[in-house]
Amino acid sequence: MARTNFSGFATTWRMPIIVWQVLFFLGPLLFMIAMSFFLVKNYRMVEAFELKNWEKMLTRGYFWDSYILTFWLASLTTAVTSLLAFPASFALAFKVSPSVRRWALFFLIIPFFTSYLVRIFSWYVILAESGVVNALLAHIGLGPYTMLNTKFGTLVGYMTLTLPLVVVLQTFALANIDRNLVQAAHNLGCSPARAIYAVIVPLAKTGLIVAALFCFILSFGDFVSPYYLGGSKPPTLPILIIDTTKSGQQWPRAAVVAVVMMLTLISIAFAALALAYRKRASR
Amino acid sequence: MNDKKSQLMSPARRKVLKATGAAIISAPYISRSWASVTEINMLAWYGHGEPDVVAEYEAANNVKFKPKYYAGGDNMLALIAQSPPGTYDLILSDAEFVQQLNAAGYIEEMNAADYPFDDMLHEDFTKFPGHWKDDKLFSMMLRGGHLGVSYNTTAVTAEEASSYQCFWKPELKGKVGHFDWHLPNLGMMSLYDGNGASLWDLDDDKWKKLQETTTSLRPQVGGFFDYGGTFNSLKNGEMLAMCGIGDWITGVLEKDGAPVASVIPKEGGIQFTESYSIGKGSEKADEVKKFIQYMMSPEGQVKSAQMAAYPGFCVTKAGRAKLQEVDKQEAMRSHQIEGMANDPIALINEGRIHYRDIPQQQTLEDWNDYWSEYKNA
Repeated sequence: MARTNFSGFATTWRMPIIVWQVLFFLGPLLFMIAMSFFLVKNYRMVEAFELKNWEKMLTRGYFWDSYILTFWLASLTTAVTSLLAFPASFALAFKVSPSVRRWALFFLIIPFFTSYLVRIFSWYVILAESGVVNALLAHIGLGPYTMLNTKFGTLVGYMTLTLPLVVVLQTFALANIDRNLVQAAHNLGCSPARAIYAVIVPLAKTGLIVAALFCFILSFGDFVSPYYLGGSKPPTLPILIIDTTKSGQQWPRAAVVAVVMMLTLISIAFAALALAYRKRASR
Repeated sequence: MNDKKSQLMSPARRKVLKATGAAIISAPYISRSWASVTEINMLAWYGHGEPDVVAEYEAANNVKFKPKYYAGGDNMLALIAQSPPGTYDLILSDAEFVQQLNAAGYIEEMNAADYPFDDMLHEDFTKFPGHWKDDKLFSMMLRGGHLGVSYNTTAVTAEEASSYQCFWKPELKGKVGHFDWHLPNLGMMSLYDGNGASLWDLDDDKWKKLQETTTSLRPQVGGFFDYGGTFNSLKNGEMLAMCGIGDWITGVLEKDGAPVASVIPKEGGIQFTESYSIGKGSEKADEVKKFIQYMMSPEGQVKSAQMAAYPGFCVTKAGRAKLQEVDKQEAMRSHQIEGMANDPIALINEGRIHYRDIPQQQTLEDWNDYWSEYKNA
């Protein structure tokens, strides 16, 4: 019978991350949940256990409009980003030399060196009606098109945040596939498309789903893109949080929105991970 | 070779040793000189604690401002509420929130004799609503600005801009922006509804009508923006008209050469008013008083009018005269010259300006709720 040995050494090394998570994730999360039951009096939060904030927010039509919009935009971003990233990741994993792959990954990480806000503001120059894209389109007699302050603008912003990360994660997932299995598929007569569909994607499933999950989480919680490129029109849940805190300092109501967002993300994460690690039924 | 090297190195080493010695010997004096600088904690809108406003005063008076910036009166009240008494020595507040600062006991009584009340440009400024209680002064009006129709001069004519009706102009569909704060926007819509001086005091019918009017504007709206977004969208022409702002934003762009302007339409405009108070429990009340006196002096009023973050008009006669003397261009641009059309003081005299306030018959929460619905419509 296997016996679990307590290792003081291992536990000591694990402690910092556990302490960190308890102090800076679990603690604030519990406080946020508690805060959603507090009241605000004279711009000051008062400890209480009232359901008023929940009732107030969950019965407002604009809350559910924002919820559906945020969910839809994050889902769309996840689908579009995953699809756009896959060919690039496939090429990096299978078609280029290790040296080129290393350089490509390095260049994919470079955008993270600059502030996300700065990158978003730079899109103003590109997407404005008098911007670069419309100027190029004008040469072929098209446009001008309104791209800023639209859902398209929001999508571009979300992808600015997520696309490089998704390509990196997908590349790692694809690069770890056993090449012999792909080779075997080809030897057994699989067409390239079928090999991707029947062999490569299932083998990289976990990594691909994790990449998509990160994409969804980042988009769902992003404030910057829908505000600055989408014109807050209509507002997403993170914008609703800001709006709620701005008037009357209703942090407890903002906490309700935040808790709903957390619950949504936790549900999505569990569902995605369950899907990622589900074993195929044997036939 | 080594000897040569050591000979070459030694003078440098001696210099380093000398410099280090000097630094060590003079360190107590340096630290003493640093220690004598008085730090003043300022709570204000962005810009008021920036070098273009305070650097000269800091150098001359051996003080250092530590600004904490907020966005919106609610935010300001919350910051004070969450800090121990005495945290903020100097508080710059929108006038409509002074009353709440006072009611909560966050500000000190001030001595009216310390300030130039006999030099104010308008009678209203001497007894500004909320600044006095039981004949005691609690806040000193520093500057103001007017909110009306802000527009791109290439897309909207001055004549069109003379009414809020221009926001509904078919050619502006998708090109009308909102500064993302319900108070000035709904205030303007209330003026458009013809509520005039009672724009903040709306009964149920008027409140309902205001919501209908505002909702009818929604198809025209291209976005809701903060300061940066408003600034950019007007600058790059994405938005051709903006509701909820005034010269405090277009003035900055205008100075930069952008084809934008702000006017007070025939239905009237709204005045934002910024005032200084001394934080309750401040140990530096005398220093703060001295600074407020400086800001009310002609030199301080000019600094305020020229503030890089956003301009505001002078509230003292001497301040206005000084501005005309040292920066005629800005005085003309902002119409701060007697006899000019849209002179802020003349507009007040004509009854076209209404001081910004909070809703009288609804709560701020009601207005914000509607604003959220409107944004989602």
